[in-house]
Amino acid sequence: MKTVYTVSENIISSLGFTARENAVSLSGGATGIKLHNDPKLYAQPVPLSLVDTARLEQNFEAILGKYKKDNKPGFYTRLEKMLILSVADALAGTPVRPENEKVLLLLSTTKGNIDLLEDRFTAKFDHKRIYLWAVANILKDFFGFINMPLIISNACISGVMALIVASRLIRSGKYQTAVVAGGDIATEFVISGFQSFQALSPEPCKPFDLHRTGLSLGEGCGTIVLSSTGPEGANSGILLMGGSVSNDANHISGPSRTGEELSMAIDAAIGESGSLNRDIDYISAHGTATPYNDEMESKAISLSKLNDVPVNSYKGYWGHTLGASGLMESAALITCMKSNRLIKSAGFETPGVSERINVITETIQKPLDTCLKIASGFGGCNAALVFQKT
Amino acid sequence: MEKLITAYTYIGEGKVVVNKQLIFYQEKIATFAEFIKALYKQEQISYPKFYKMDSLSKLGFMCAELLLRHEKPGRFKPGSLAVVLANSSSSLETDLTYQDSIKNRSAYFPSPSVFVYTLANIVIGEICIRHSLKGENAFLVSEKFNPRQLLDHVSDLLDNNRAGACICGWVEILGNTFKAMVALVEKENDGTLKTSFGSMPFTEASLNELMNLTEKSIWKN
Repeated sequence: MKTVYTVSENIISSLGFTARENAVSLSGGATGIKLHNDPKLYAQPVPLSLVDTARLEQNFEAILGKYKKDNKPGFYTRLEKMLILSVADALAGTPVRPENEKVLLLLSTTKGNIDLLEDRFTAKFDHKRIYLWAVANILKDFFGFINMPLIISNACISGVMALIVASRLIRSGKYQTAVVAGGDIATEFVISGFQSFQALSPEPCKPFDLHRTGLSLGEGCGTIVLSSTGPEGANSGILLMGGSVSNDANHISGPSRTGEELSMAIDAAIGESGSLNRDIDYISAHGTATPYNDEMESKAISLSKLNDVPVNSYKGYWGHTLGASGLMESAALITCMKSNRLIKSAGFETPGVSERINVITETIQKPLDTCLKIASGFGGCNAALVFQKT
Repeated sequence: MEKLITAYTYIGEGKVVVNKQLIFYQEKIATFAEFIKALYKQEQISYPKFYKMDSLSKLGFMCAELLLRHEKPGRFKPGSLAVVLANSSSSLETDLTYQDSIKNRSAYFPSPSVFVYTLANIVIGEICIRHSLKGENAFLVSEKFNPRQLLDHVSDLLDNNRAGACICGWVEILGNTFKAMVALVEKENDGTLKTSFGSMPFTEASLNELMNLTEKSIWKN
């Protein structure tokens, strides 16, 4: 069995265009969720975490130059630009060559270019761009990956699942390196959908808080490069040690009442990592701030006897970014492990879940050696992932 | 350890084949809705939730139903049967329906019961609920049927005991064009696995053969 190293990571969100920039913003504690009044996104003003469009265009222009690509105005979609920037930043400074046959690209997304279904875009883009594989092919062609990309679309656990699938393919020796990218954009499609569920909070979301009023949506990308070859230099020794997926088999849009199934995934992931539950130093939760999700997570954390472990949710900073969330949050977790820093859970004041859990209320330094990432989503799916320092 | 395909469902070109037996055939398909309803009625399945499902979920649900209906209850331990499905158009069929409901601001009717199906993996959720499956699950998307990706992922689940068996395959629908092939894959531990259609190893070749059943006509007895 091969070891799986994390080689590099990128985060693109309302808080910045690199993992480092995001880490600085997260440490500062400011949220990227703001009230947006854009009729193209929703008829009423709605709190969202959006990627800065002017900066996106400017950075994308620069990357076209760097990769000596023709500027074909109007060719790339918003999501594709964000993903290309994210992958380019994650690859920069690594020895990874996409044209190597042992390198695999994985894409995690729930809705891809779903904005292309809107009338304003249908005439501008080839109708095939609506397919998730078309987005992956854009990335494949841009960077010159030779293998067929692997695409995961498994609701809100897509990102964590893509990391799990990638790590398994590396561990079994099928590939040496995996470039795991995830992205989703804020669109009327998604905003109106969550609004129809009455799941959106009128203010920035407050995961695990007693007064939480639902989730905030966001957009973004995250990329993590995994490899069986240890990285050289400073970006170092954080390994992906184990992962597991489970299903509630209970309801397609409501989480488990007991948290038992997420707990099963947590215990299996920790078991595979060779650690014990008491070794976990920090949990990056899904924490969507819907009443049921946070309650279920608290039960799962409790069932796995992780009540005292510091836990946070990044959703209060950049909202729920769907298929990108698992990658952005895992990348944030990796930067926290490197700097041994626990980031306070934005929006949390008063405990509001039935099980006692240790939500982080203050950003502090603490040695982080073994950390857990968890996620849950529609369709009853759950996933857990364990990272550990060498 | 050898892995075998011990059961399969194929739905395509109006035909439904289960373990080499042609069980249903509609020469002219008017709509998917009529096709799947006729199949559901013929097979005397009783599961009221079926009618609430979107087309992709109905297609996947029927495949799993026909695959597992003769299994003895308790043959698979809770959490031991994984579900890995793939397709090309994700949930686009329902995405289009949902988009229509929000196209016009003066007739704006987004529905949560439609929106929830705008995720490809909901079909897996429906199958898991029906058969109480709590184990590993994954939904993959590829332009064309990609047996290598399914084989790699499912083999890892079985080889590392993340699952004892796996339902895996392809469930594609867009408009009235649909095709599905879902197989049950099991580990051969002691030579006791028996099938009515001979021994079929879990390989890319077998998956390709099952995907092209009607061309090969192996369903004809």
